Amino acid sequence: MTAALGKDLVGLEHLSPDQIRLILDTAEPFKEVSERPIKKVPALRGKTIVNLFFEASTRTRISFEFAEKRLSADTVNVAASGSAVQKGETLVDTAKNLEAMRIDMVVIRHPSSGAALFLGNRIRSNVVNAGDGTHEHPTQALLDLLTIRDRHGKIAGLKVCLVGDIQHSRVARSNIWGLLKLGAEVGVCGPDTLMPRGIEELGVCRFRRIEEAIEWADVLNVLRLQLERMEKGFIPSLREYYRVFGVTLERLDRAPRELTIMHPGPMNRGVEIDSRVADGAHSVILAQVTNGVAVRMAVLYLLAGGRPELADAAKGPAGGTAE
Amino acid sequence: MTRPLLLTGGRVIDPSRDFDQTTDVLVQDGKVAAIGAGLGSPDGADVRDVRGRVVAPGLVDVHVHLREPGNEDVETIASGTRAAAAGGFTAVCAMPNTDPVTDNQAAVGFIVRQSVRAGLARVYPIGAISVGQKGEQLSEFGEMVGAGAVAVSDDGKPVVSSHMMRTALEYARSFGIPVADHCEEPNLSAGGVMHEGLVATRLGLKGIPAAAEEIMVGRDLLLAGLTGGHIHLCHMSTRGSVELIRRAKEQGIRVTAEVTPHHLTLTDHACEGYDTHAKMNPPLREAADVAALRAALKQGVIDCIASDHAPHAYDAKEAAFDDAPFGIVGLETAFAVAYTELVAAGVLTLAELIARMSTAPAAVLRLPGGSLKPGAAADVVVLDLTTRWTVDPTTFFSKSRNTPFAGRTLTGRAALTLVGGSIVHEAVAATS
Repeated sequence: MTAALGKDLVGLEHLSPDQIRLILDTAEPFKEVSERPIKKVPALRGKTIVNLFFEASTRTRISFEFAEKRLSADTVNVAASGSAVQKGETLVDTAKNLEAMRIDMVVIRHPSSGAALFLGNRIRSNVVNAGDGTHEHPTQALLDLLTIRDRHGKIAGLKVCLVGDIQHSRVARSNIWGLLKLGAEVGVCGPDTLMPRGIEELGVCRFRRIEEAIEWADVLNVLRLQLERMEKGFIPSLREYYRVFGVTLERLDRAPRELTIMHPGPMNRGVEIDSRVADGAHSVILAQVTNGVAVRMAVLYLLAGGRPELADAAKGPAGGTAE
Repeated sequence: MTRPLLLTGGRVIDPSRDFDQTTDVLVQDGKVAAIGAGLGSPDGADVRDVRGRVVAPGLVDVHVHLREPGNEDVETIASGTRAAAAGGFTAVCAMPNTDPVTDNQAAVGFIVRQSVRAGLARVYPIGAISVGQKGEQLSEFGEMVGAGAVAVSDDGKPVVSSHMMRTALEYARSFGIPVADHCEEPNLSAGGVMHEGLVATRLGLKGIPAAAEEIMVGRDLLLAGLTGGHIHLCHMSTRGSVELIRRAKEQGIRVTAEVTPHHLTLTDHACEGYDTHAKMNPPLREAADVAALRAALKQGVIDCIASDHAPHAYDAKEAAFDDAPFGIVGLETAFAVAYTELVAAGVLTLAELIARMSTAPAAVLRLPGGSLKPGAAADVVVLDLTTRWTVDPTTFFSKSRNTPFAGRTLTGRAALTLVGGSIVHEAVAATS
């Protein structure tokens, strides 16, 4: 049962470039499954997966659930509200109870950084991080990488700038690791109040003005600005944020080259991104969502011990359960 | 009456008198009766050959949390002082963040009585600055001092109001006690769980900037200057704090300061992997801070080492980093960590380390102890500086196990601890 990725997928920081490429390559054949009339392959038949969401999520939870179902796994969703968690059960007790039910995998989203690692270190089941605090959101970054590769045919050498609230973004951290490992140049752009200490030391370029970022980049990944940031005083108003940092059509029109525009969702139209940009020709935002299912199928398949070279066969009707 | 005790052939180090000789120590009637070569042993004396060992004043820890009353599951005064004895400490100062808060004479008296009943180490209570540590109304310093308090502090909670700190410093002067402050600007540190720096950025954990400590250090020093009161700064962690203290001491401001063994030896890298045993407040900082703290301790800018012994239940630390409580135990590792990392590594001499852990902390809070001069109470530790041992928290006398030093191999430990001439701890035969 030695999987090419190890037992868990906690983040991209500790994956090798080859492991990241393996996931992306494994996702390729899975893309086609979602295009079929009958969207199901037997790769994870008989496997039990728990989606453990301690934080509200729509897109990521549904994407994982589709990925699991299309791989024929049995899935259970546990949300924090209404569960034992809300009644004061500790994370370690939740973990032990899940383990006692002999499940195979846990997909966890949690408001605390490190929660996925914590869980992974305490249960035998595979753990997939679906976002832990402000630490990592590896499957989001993987689907971003896949989308960039689809659009540009490569990742190495591209200039990708993350725009917005880097400080509180797990998407940003996972993207930085993944992009750097695959040879992209990475920029970050946003107000200093939303920029974490020492970010340049990770090997990224820092832009304080969106115009400079747009001039530099091939790809902009525009992060969601949460309303809470204004309430906590990191920015004066959403209105001004849009005026100063918003990715608008006018700003993109002045770019020296055509940019690819990405957004992990959910979007705040008119805050971090202009609707005309989100809906425009530069946008690959819906392609990201489509790729999300394929990438998550690949991650689940590989963690379950599936061999990458069999991914093609696994998706066929005759394919066996992953060993 | 306990038997007289003659310690023969040890290296006797008494920083209070710059004394460092290989000689004998006679303990009789609870006091250091005599020091010198060839002391005759009185009838019935217990004679111990301590050749190859160091005889020093019992260690003094000005900052511990004994958790009684209120959280006896994780520590009691009896278990905490047993841990102290095992660590070579003969006196500890108990912080007032108990439940209920130690903010009145009855609460102070309870701690004193419990420690006398346990009979393991002297416990000097520190009373709260404000009633309930709420920062609103001054506690009754006078009555608390009458009941045995040696200082006041709202430790664990910063004194937010500068007016409150000013009045505390002024009012404390009547009783000759220092005000000990946990320096933290709560608006800057809010939500923070570790040092603000690259490691926090990578782990996605909210940082506590060095400035959150330094702002309050600066404020407290200004208020000490304004009032002439004695400010004692708890668990200093940043190089910026060191510079502020250095300047204040040059200006003659009445300031003393402590540093913990962990802030002298660990950095924020210890938080990697979300190790909740590296979560404490103030947080572990950077290598440059460690270097500055070491230099400051050597130079006396920082006066003493204090453990900030903070027991927590094993399962409280078994949580996501954000959700785990701050603090680690330290009484049973403090000397060995400091000896291994500072003396063996050449940062401090042995005599300097002993001074910073006995004579200096006693002086900071004007406590008896920290001296072996004849006639002094026989609070004595015999140190074994050759045995290497591996930290195994399951063997701790403390009820709690939360230490980042588990598995570390250290040198140095208390072989024998005496309080008032009575043996309160004797190490089992050296481990092989």
